[in-house]
This record gives sequence, C-alpha cells and structure tokens, in this order.
Amino acid sequence: MKGMKLFSAALLGGALLFGGVAIASEPIKIGAIFSVTGPAAFLGEPERNTAKMLEEEINKAGGLLGRKIEVVVYDDESDPTKAVTAVDRLIKKDKVVAIIGPSTTGSTLAIASKVEEAKVPLVSCAAAIDIVLPVRKFVFKTPQSDLLAVKHIYRHAKKNGISKVAILTASDAFGSAGRKELKELAGKSEMTIVSDEVFGPKDTDMNAQLTKIKGTGAQAIICWGTNPGPAVIARNRKQLGITMPLYMSHGVASNKFIELAGKENAEGIVLPAGRLVVDEQVAANHPQKKLLTSYVKDYETRFKVPVSSFGGYSWDALSLVAQAIRAGKSAESAAIRDSLEKTKGYVGTTGEFTFTPADHNGLTEEAFVMVKITKGGWEMLK
Amino acid sequence: MSSIRETSSAPGLALFAAAIVAAPFLLPDYYQSVLIVAGLFAILSMGLNLLMGYAGQISLGHAAFYGLSAYASGILTTTFHWPVPAGIAAGVVLSGVTAALIGIPTLKLKGHYLAMGTLGFGVIVYIVFNEAVALTAGPSGLTGIPRLSAFGKIFSTDREYYFVVWGTVFLLFVLARNLVRSRMGRALRAIHTSESAASVLGIDVARYKAFVFVLSAVYAGIAGALYAHFVTFISPGSFSFHASTQVVTMVVLGGMASLWGAVAGAVFLTVLPEWLRAIEDYDILVYGAILVLTMRFLPGGLAEGVERVLSALASIFRGKAKASGGEGKKP
Repeated sequence: MKGMKLFSAALLGGALLFGGVAIASEPIKIGAIFSVTGPAAFLGEPERNTAKMLEEEINKAGGLLGRKIEVVVYDDESDPTKAVTAVDRLIKKDKVVAIIGPSTTGSTLAIASKVEEAKVPLVSCAAAIDIVLPVRKFVFKTPQSDLLAVKHIYRHAKKNGISKVAILTASDAFGSAGRKELKELAGKSEMTIVSDEVFGPKDTDMNAQLTKIKGTGAQAIICWGTNPGPAVIARNRKQLGITMPLYMSHGVASNKFIELAGKENAEGIVLPAGRLVVDEQVAANHPQKKLLTSYVKDYETRFKVPVSSFGGYSWDALSLVAQAIRAGKSAESAAIRDSLEKTKGYVGTTGEFTFTPADHNGLTEEAFVMVKITKGGWEMLK
Repeated sequence: MSSIRETSSAPGLALFAAAIVAAPFLLPDYYQSVLIVAGLFAILSMGLNLLMGYAGQISLGHAAFYGLSAYASGILTTTFHWPVPAGIAAGVVLSGVTAALIGIPTLKLKGHYLAMGTLGFGVIVYIVFNEAVALTAGPSGLTGIPRLSAFGKIFSTDREYYFVVWGTVFLLFVLARNLVRSRMGRALRAIHTSESAASVLGIDVARYKAFVFVLSAVYAGIAGALYAHFVTFISPGSFSFHASTQVVTMVVLGGMASLWGAVAGAVFLTVLPEWLRAIEDYDILVYGAILVLTMRFLPGGLAEGVERVLSALASIFRGKAKASGGEGKKP
C-alpha cells in the first residue's frame, strides 16, 4: 500500500512538473527518440546526452525566435514497436514540432510512415541509406551513408595496390547494408571480392571465417559491423598471425573499439571516420575545426567520458532543426520541413550539410577522412 | 480457488465489451497505438496461456509463430501484391501448419526439454528471418507493407485499427473461454496435473497436446499478421527470443490458467512503461520493482490479486449484512 502511494505521488509529481513548465514559458517542443537502453544503447546514450546538452546551450543563448526550446526524449529500448508508440506520444500528446532520432534504422523505418502522415519533420540519427532513398518528404538523416564510406575504403585500397579483397560483415542491419554497398561498388572500383563471409553480431569467435579468408588469396580484409564483433575479429586476426591489412567501417570509430580489441590488436587498422575522432589533427582553418573542438571539450567535461561520433549525429540533428527554425522564422512543422530542405553548407560535427529535394542526407565524401589506429590512438591519413 | 474465474460469465463479458468500446473515447488519443500493441500482446498471451497455463506445456519460442505470420503476410502483400486479407489468412495458416509439424517431435519432450526444443525452434526461425535476405529483406527489415484493407475499406487511422484489433481480442477471448469450459478444457487441465493419470482416464494426450499447440500458434499468427499491417514495417528484432520471454512474462504475471489474467498481463505490461515515462531515468528500476513485488505477493498473478480483492469485498459485505440486519445465515 505504501509503495502504491509513493508511486502515485511520483507520478503526480512528474505530471505537475511537466505541466508547470509547459504553461510557464511555452517553449518550442522538439521530440527525440533514442535507444538509451537495449542493444543499441551505445548509440542512444551519447545521443541523448548530446541533445540535452545542446538544449541547454541553445536556451542559454536566448533560445529560438525568443522562445526557449524543450527537448522531450523517449527511450525506444532499441525496439521498433516501442518507437511507434513513442512517436505517437510525441506527436499527439507532447505536440512536438519536429523529431530527432531514432538511433537505429529499424526504429526509423518503423515510424517513417507515421511522421509522413502527421507531417512532422524527422531528422534521423540512423545510418542506412534506405531512410532517405527513396526520398520521403518529411524524413532526413545526419549520419554519413555507407556508400561514401565504401568509396573511401576502396580508393585507399587501390592506392596501396590492392585488388582482391575479402569482406566480413555482421548479420545485422548495419552489416548487411555495408555488405550490399561493398558488393555493388566492387566492379566500378576495380576490386574483386574473393571471399564473402558473414558473422553474427554476438559471436565470440571468428577464427573459422578468418581461417577461410586466409586461404583465398585476398590481399586485404574489409570488416563491417559495430562493437563487439569487429573487436573479436581484430583479436582473432592477431592470434592467427594474419598480416594482410584490415579495414573497418565507421561503425567502430570510437575509443571503445580500441579498448575492446586491445591496443596491440587494433594497431594498424584503417577505417573511414568522421572528423570528430581526430578533432585535434583537423587543420586549424577547416570549417569544422571550431565546432569539433568545442563539442569535444563540452561533452568530455560534462559527462566525463570520451566522445563518440554517435553523439555527433544527434548534435547535428538538433542543430539542423534549430537552424531551420531560425532561418524559416517559424516553429511550425511544415515551415521547419521546407526550411530544412533549403539548408545549404551547414557545418555540423559529421560534415557540411546541403539538403535538396532529392537528397535528404546532404553529405559528400568530404564528411569522411581515412584514419589509422596507431598506439591506441587515431591518426588522420592524408 | 478457481471458482470466480470459472463463473465469471455473461456480465463479465458484457463489461469487457463495454470497456473495449469505451476505452478510446475515455483515454487520450496517443494511447491508441499503445492499446493496439497491448491488444496484439493480449492475443499472443491468451494463446500461450492455453498452452502454458491450461495444458502445462512451456514454449519459449512463441515469437517464431508471431513472426512467421507477420513475415508471410508482409511478403505476400508487399512483394507479391496479394490482397491483405488473403495475406493474413496465409500467414495464420503458415503458423498453424508449422506448429503442427514442429509439434510432432517437440511435444514428446517434457519440462525443461520442451522449453529447450521450442527455444531452439525460435532461434532457428529468427536466423532465417535474418539470413533469407532475398525474401525477408534481412536485418534491415521489410518496408512498405500496406495497411489493413478489407471489403473496399482501408483501416488507416489508429482508432479504426484499434477496433479491428480489440474486436479480434474479444472474439478470440470468447473462443478460448468456451474451449476451456468444454470437455477439452478439462482434458487439458488433467494433462497439466499428470499426463499418466490423464491417459489412464482415456484422454488422448498426444492429440490434445498437439491441438492446443497448433491453436496457440494460430493465436500468435493472428497477432503477427495484425502487427505487420499496423506498423507497416517488420524487422527480425521484433521476433527474437526477447519477444518470446516477454509473452511468457505477461502470462505468468497475469495469472496462469486465467484468460482474464492473460489479457490483464498483456495490457499491464504494455501500458505500465508508458506511465513510467513520467519519471524518466528511474523508470526501469521502478518497472523491475513492480514486477518483483507482484510476483512476491501475488504468485498467482494479477488474476489472483483481483480474486483476493473480490473475496475480501464479499466478506466485508457479508459481515456488514450480518451486523446490521442479522440476516446472515446461521451456520
């Protein structure tokens, strides 16, 4: 009984708190759906933290159009079904004017038809190209598409005299999207895929796949997945004494990967990444330099953990929406969408965004640099 | 013990129907999608409860039947442009037939081994969803599934879909209720208590077990197809082992061998996280605590809780009647 009372008091308190804020200043409400818990929490947590931090920054600087902003964050627990109920709540109850997130491709595709129907712009933090191809009128995304990453890897490989590669991809949404691009672009980039292996995202041993690859005459391995799979591959590769170069995707571009794989096993791995992980090495006159330095500093002092490029996706999503509200001088959903589509050369943490009616991702190959892991750190390749 | 569960009849059903009709008008709009999801889980947990609660056969792979139907209907209507009702029917049949085929070997297993067998089946189906990329679109998921349309009508709003889902819940509830009250229901409970005793009494144990297994897969299939045409997107993640355990939790928390319990468990566990959103960061802690406390104090689930409240009320009422009018019967 006592528990129930406490519980209802907490509920009531929560309700009063929310109600109170809404009446006091009528902020512009922006919704957010992130996978703060569940298997995709490694994406959702930095994204939530970043969105909350940026909300504070924008409000400190006077808000937008003279109004404060309020970011309402819901956790979809990495479950597309929960994202569907969360988006309904954001649109119908919280009456948000725009939504950022979700963290995963599955959740984004699950709610895409809902936001289209409600005519609320969505800026997703998930990677797959399917989100913006075919173009949906109200759906945008901030992470670089896999296509751009694959181009960078193939170009780097070709420059180093490699023409036969083995691909090793995770059997999840991220891995299979990468696999598709790797196969599609191989011909055009004069690459031959001599081995096409797949691993389960939770597998703890990849010796079988690597041993097989060893015997195929491949000159390099390209691995596509998010932690922890690729870290296991890096370890197993060392154990098997495989010396051919190992490429990874931007899905592991965080210090967590080096930590999981171990410094000596990660040594020499090359991957495309956003400039966020190498912010100190970015040239001082690069347009992103100032933003990267301040984001890294703010995030690391506040949350006491190293930044990852994932948090950057949500920084970009929220600031793109804020910028669209400012430029369009309106906080109405339809106006925000139109204004978003006119975004030109907006500098974010991931790259420079230029949206057009045919391109709702708006990034070019410029958004990636090739980096190499050296002595447990990241080295930007020229 | 089970007297109230058994006798709740016509008035109970009328109340249930009234609650279904009234809910979308009483609750705020954004609850509709939550209630639709709750309804889908109610169908799943009613089906699983027939198997687990009544017949005592555990299944840890129920999400497989849920997913098979969702994928079958999704693929047939999207890739092959079948009309939606035909897709749904095909999905449900596929779930049922698969259950019949799987049931033959697995239902010979008992206890932990049956749990292992169904778990294995669930994992295999999950892997097929992931790997049969040409058909299922793999881990990225199948997009562009049409909304439910039948008889020239498209059920495009959530309110319309709510009535489709909860109308189905009601029909399946009545069906299950009639079933557990029949000779069949008694046979199932006899099997639950002791398979040997049941067969000595002339109950064809194997046949009854197979029948209830298929029936519960059909329930899951109906829920799966309705899910696909509600979200219009499906990915393997929704049909993983996690989903199977979620349904088991709903059945156990609601109350084994109680159809009301199955519905209550599903609604409670779907709606609870929505309430808890108000307390942001602590929601998971509170959620866990509520589950633990419920199981600690109500091992018979929510159904037992309601029963206790009812009988407490009844005794208070009787006591009052005695004190005021002295009309209580003498022992």
